[in-house]
Amino acid sequence: MDDPHRTGLDRPLRGGAVRQAGRGSLLRLAPPLTLALMILPVLAGLAGTVIPAFRNAGAGVASLFAWPGLPRAAALSLGTGLASTLIALALTLLILAAFAGTPTFARIRRSLAPLLSVPHAAAALGLAFLIAPSGWIARLLSPEVTGWQSPPDLLILNDPWGLSLTLGLITKELPFLLLMALAALPQLDADRRLTTAASLGYGRIAGFTFTLLPDLYRQLRLPTYAVLAYGMTTVDMALILGPTLPPTLATQITLWMGEASLTMRDTAAAAALLQLALAISAITIWRITEILVQNLLVRAAFQAPRLPNLDRPAAAAARAASLVITGSLTLGLAGLALWSVAGLWQFPDAVPQSLTLRTWVSAAPALGQTTATTLAIAATATLAALILTLACLQAEATLNLTPTTRALTLLYLPLLIPQIAFLPGLQMLTLPLGIDGTPAAVAAIHLVFVLPYVFLSLSGPFRAWDSRIATAAATLGASETRIFWRLRLPMLAGPLLTSAAVGMAVSIGQYLPTLLIGGGRVETLTTEAVALSSGGNRRLIGAYAALQLLLPALAFGLAIAAPLLLWRNRRLMRGLA
Amino acid sequence: MHRRTALQLLASLPAFAGLSTKALAAEWDGILSEARGQTVYWHAWGGDPKINDFITWIGEKAQERYGVTLEHVKLAATSDAVARVLAEQQAGQTEGGAVDLIWINGENFAAMKSQGLLYGSFTEYLPNWPLVDVAGKPATVTDFTLPTEGFESPWAMAQLVFEHDTARLPQPPQSLDALAEWAIANPGRFTYPQPPDYLGTTFLKQVLYGVMEDPSLLQSPVDEAAYDAQVAPLWAFLDRLHPALWRQAKAFPQNEPALGQLLADGEIDISFAFNPGRASAEIAAGNLPDTVRTFVLQGGTIGNASFVAIPFNAAHRAGALVIANLLLDPEVQARAQDPAVLGFQTVLDLQALAPEDRARFDALELGIATLSPADLGPVLLEPHASWMTRIAQDWTARYGVAQ
Repeated sequence: MDDPHRTGLDRPLRGGAVRQAGRGSLLRLAPPLTLALMILPVLAGLAGTVIPAFRNAGAGVASLFAWPGLPRAAALSLGTGLASTLIALALTLLILAAFAGTPTFARIRRSLAPLLSVPHAAAALGLAFLIAPSGWIARLLSPEVTGWQSPPDLLILNDPWGLSLTLGLITKELPFLLLMALAALPQLDADRRLTTAASLGYGRIAGFTFTLLPDLYRQLRLPTYAVLAYGMTTVDMALILGPTLPPTLATQITLWMGEASLTMRDTAAAAALLQLALAISAITIWRITEILVQNLLVRAAFQAPRLPNLDRPAAAAARAASLVITGSLTLGLAGLALWSVAGLWQFPDAVPQSLTLRTWVSAAPALGQTTATTLAIAATATLAALILTLACLQAEATLNLTPTTRALTLLYLPLLIPQIAFLPGLQMLTLPLGIDGTPAAVAAIHLVFVLPYVFLSLSGPFRAWDSRIATAAATLGASETRIFWRLRLPMLAGPLLTSAAVGMAVSIGQYLPTLLIGGGRVETLTTEAVALSSGGNRRLIGAYAALQLLLPALAFGLAIAAPLLLWRNRRLMRGLA
Repeated sequence: MHRRTALQLLASLPAFAGLSTKALAAEWDGILSEARGQTVYWHAWGGDPKINDFITWIGEKAQERYGVTLEHVKLAATSDAVARVLAEQQAGQTEGGAVDLIWINGENFAAMKSQGLLYGSFTEYLPNWPLVDVAGKPATVTDFTLPTEGFESPWAMAQLVFEHDTARLPQPPQSLDALAEWAIANPGRFTYPQPPDYLGTTFLKQVLYGVMEDPSLLQSPVDEAAYDAQVAPLWAFLDRLHPALWRQAKAFPQNEPALGQLLADGEIDISFAFNPGRASAEIAAGNLPDTVRTFVLQGGTIGNASFVAIPFNAAHRAGALVIANLLLDPEVQARAQDPAVLGFQTVLDLQALAPEDRARFDALELGIATLSPADLGPVLLEPHASWMTRIAQDWTARYGVAQ
């Protein structure tokens, strides 16, 4: 411990953080503890993957490379991941550039934020029903516009190029990236930068690109990598929307893992390692592109193009993009909701012939218990993640610890490694301990996936918090503890609640960890919904999807409403809305 | 090897210890009292709400009659439960396992049995076992040509039937060749689930029965030397059929419900299911129009049985035995056969039932789209499990990785 009696004035200011070591010893433990919690399960699980991949003289690796579908499956994984991330990020930035600080932006935010809580599987099923040849769009237009009496034989879903899958991923990742950006914006003093740029004659787009984008992207980088890794390794969405001949690599791994004969597990393990290598390559490609774009931007900045003519088309494009995204997801989910009360509903009827509550009535008894379990697990994991994240960040700020890039990468390990690669190995380890099959064990494994997201969404705003406020408070005699509880935390209420909502949504959406570590005994809305979705019953899927939406949507509603209420008389604390 | 393990396990069950077969049967009361208060975790595919509701109903009966609580662990695939038991075995967990009962058959059963993952021979100790129609329905004791040896207990019979909407297709084809001709003449109106899906592979086996020179070879394991020549007609058949399939065979539905949904959506005109009562049940549930009917192919269609098995390390063996026995209860079997409930065919020998129990079956309406037992035609036995594995693999290599 450093000398605790020094006053605020003689503390050196380094890296924008106020150096003080009040109760440093306990806080000092937080980062290593958190890292251990993140890394140990992944490493243990990975060991359970590496060993089978290479045993028997590498039979798994050999059989993987003998699989004729490998090049295409790998290319699909890489292609859909990169394309969906690129488009989702571009659209996010476009929307921000065109509308940040305008009333339109508040509207877009309100319509997109709830969509973040939509579980991937539900979003995919909704989208599938919307765009299928027998889907809602075709039903609405038939037979009057299209002349179709029966659905046309068009390959829209499961197309070999993964276009439907890419679209599905974009609709899910755009709200996530946008919300991450929103959490960061207030800390960047965005209003003033944009105003200054505008006063110098820059158009909105140019002003945003040159004054805000570099700092904003710094905070969006890790969320973007997480989106990229997720897009490449998603299974539930790829099962519903993705190609099947062959499927993406991650889907194929799941199929091999599930093979009844249990003979393909070594192949699956080898494929999981390849998937890991692919994810690392994709992030490397992304990083190189970042540097190139950065150079281009710097060069362009010296030309100082004002580009005011760009604003109108950009605004139109941003409006169209957000409309398509919100529209497709909302309509798709509305379609599912309608299915949950539908009687017979045949093509080309635009609406069901009859409505019935039969689905809901028969599902009702199972729902109460399942909802309670889901909520309890999500709340436990999220609370633990928040405490650990805050402890880490506070330790970083007050003890002047600089997080190394390696530590950060390690923290995101659970997001970058395909779940299917390390969970079965992990399950083998929990068995002898006798802790599997309990909600507590499931909450613990959820923490591994929830924490990175909570950290991702909270660390940016936390670090960007203006430390001069702390300096000022310290010169007035406030202790570090008091500064934390009375200034930092309340001022970060918005990002804090958003992180909590993200954490809840992540936990509620977990399928594989719940199934494997829960031993099938811990039933959540998502395990139930995915089990049902294998049966394709749109009515029941609709009912479960509606409930799956409701819990996270409530959390996000709270995250948005609470700061508005809390800060109703402090405009600058409410972000740019 | 695995049999000896199973016997050791059998002896480890307190109620069974040191008793002869006859005495074991007399000990059923002991099992009942041991089961009372237990919670049985039944791992069963959870993709069909009708089946889920039925299992819930079984749970109510079990609670009411025997004080056994039944928890349905809903699986997306049965192999999840197999993998779970395997993981427990590898971790050395020989008791207190998570899985008490598995809905199983075919290759999953073969895998569990050969890896010593099952508890042992138990069916003969079930009081309701004598009611099973072992002679009339050999599939109740032979699972994909593998003798069950009592390691699993049957609870439902299934047979492949085809479904068509008479409003769109009044006269369906009656033979495999006619089906192919019809599909080629009507491009985009027929498909099958993508192997290695269970139903998709069943369709391939049905085609094998139709095109193989000597279908009796299917009852023996695959002979590697002769295999390529034996299955060549299957690939020729598919090569001809595929360009005319739904989406020109560039995409396939993933399972039976997805195939059924295509029929319901009007995307295809002929679908099929491993349940003669499915169409009627779906009509009753309002999921299919009441113009849908079923048909079978000349020469018969593949049939098999669904079983329940008990893992070697099940935590609640007594309770699991009680559930397995309850599933053979005439009242339960009659309910499963009711097209408004499941439409599954019974495994029981109706002649062996007491008159009041037989009356339960006589009272059942077949359902508007269900064929009578006579119209269902001959049942073709499931080929040896090695055929399923092999043709599913080869299908994937040939068609599953389109360039």
